[in-house]
Amino acid sequence: MSHWQTLPFVLFLLLAALGRPVLADDLLMARAPHPFPEAMLDLQTAIAEHGYHVSHVQRVDVGLGRSGFKTDKYRIVFFGKADEVRELLQRHPALAPYLPLKITLFAEADDTLLTTFDPTMLTRLAPQDADFILRLKRWKNDLRSIFHEMREGD
Amino acid sequence: MRLALLILLLALPLAGALAAPDGARLFREHCSACHGFDGQGGMGLPLSLPDFLAVADDAYLTRTIRHGRPGRLMPAFRELGDSQVQAIVGFIRGLQPGIPAPPSNDEPVAGDARRGADLYRKHCQRCHGADGWGGRGTGVTFSRPRDFPVMPPALNNPGFQAAASDRFIRRTLLHGRRGTPMPSFRERGLSEQDVDDIVRYVRQLGRAPGSWRPPAEQPPVLMFDSPYSLAQTVANIKRAVVGNNFRTVRVQPLETGLRPPGEESPGQYVIFFCNFEFANRALGLDPRVGLFLPCQITVLKTADGGVKVMSMNPKFMSRIYNNRELDEACDEMHDLYLSIMEEATL
Repeated sequence: MSHWQTLPFVLFLLLAALGRPVLADDLLMARAPHPFPEAMLDLQTAIAEHGYHVSHVQRVDVGLGRSGFKTDKYRIVFFGKADEVRELLQRHPALAPYLPLKITLFAEADDTLLTTFDPTMLTRLAPQDADFILRLKRWKNDLRSIFHEMREGD
Repeated sequence: MRLALLILLLALPLAGALAAPDGARLFREHCSACHGFDGQGGMGLPLSLPDFLAVADDAYLTRTIRHGRPGRLMPAFRELGDSQVQAIVGFIRGLQPGIPAPPSNDEPVAGDARRGADLYRKHCQRCHGADGWGGRGTGVTFSRPRDFPVMPPALNNPGFQAAASDRFIRRTLLHGRRGTPMPSFRERGLSEQDVDDIVRYVRQLGRAPGSWRPPAEQPPVLMFDSPYSLAQTVANIKRAVVGNNFRTVRVQPLETGLRPPGEESPGQYVIFFCNFEFANRALGLDPRVGLFLPCQITVLKTADGGVKVMSMNPKFMSRIYNNRELDEACDEMHDLYLSIMEEATL
């Protein structure tokens, strides 16, 4: 048996040993090792560094506080890419309730928790549109990267 | 030579794959959001308590990671490999290195479930509920103060029942858990037979009907066609929002903040609205529900001149939270969205 005949077998063994990839949950979560104000700044920086623009910050805690409810810091950061949002909504208007993207962050003692959902959950809105699905995957990768940076305090 | 080089190149990532998984890194990535970086707890139970690690055998920890707690936030980590789960268990065990792991033993304990039911009602029901549903809500700050470290676990949960051996439940009852409201039943004067009787009854709780199932698959979006102009539809929604006891927070072009004022698309509007009592209640059930907040309905003018009204579907989103109590709130929100959009497009 030549070397090249054994190669497929060797490749099979190598790939099998790599094991299954770790899949993300539909709900993406991260704990940032920083108090809320610092985490809020870090998040907005990380969003910008990934090429997105923060469009709005919803101060849920302020609204709750004004209505007499006791709450810790709780904000929602909306963000997106203007051209991408416009172009996608022209092709898939049903995506509108999920745009701009958002990340929730709230204080838990000296840490800050962040949550968002996996955008690839929305694949079923246009399962035949390969470009749309690629965009969702890119968003997911960016969100995971942002959360990784927040978790590691980068 | 070329073959040797190729094998060498392919072997480089293999070396990393064959190295033992890093339990600390995996814990940080998958567990720390709920359980804290050092297992001190938060939305999830504290894992670093000495009394917990003294009674939790490795099989309990492994099965808990694998099965999760259906309907009680803790997801099932089925995508992790065995070696990764083992590494996480090793990390958790290392949170209290001086405490040896108790032996894993699935042998059942003998006891009288009927007698156990009486003892459960007297000693356990106040925290764990009559049917073992556990405490309501979760989340430090919103549904409980920071000095109350845990929500009483749901003993009837199929994940708990699958993970916990009789011996684990027995050890927990006898030792209690300092740092939480769970007392030592030995110190309360219960005999070992009393405890075994309770264990048998806790097992019965797991067989009761009505355990949680994930909500059925739903479409991601709720959508209506409006027979009115875009401006009239927006006005109708604002009126319907008030009619449903919510208040309009603001109305703005969808592209607000993404483009300079005046350059936003004129045919896309979002109506944000809220009922703070409802929001506060939802946050008490699960502090992660910000993705729903504030409530929003989008109105779009389509290319053919039609007007569409749409919202995210709370029933679609509720699946990702693995929270039985939140499902009920999401059903309520789903009906509310339908009501407002129907009213606005009639």
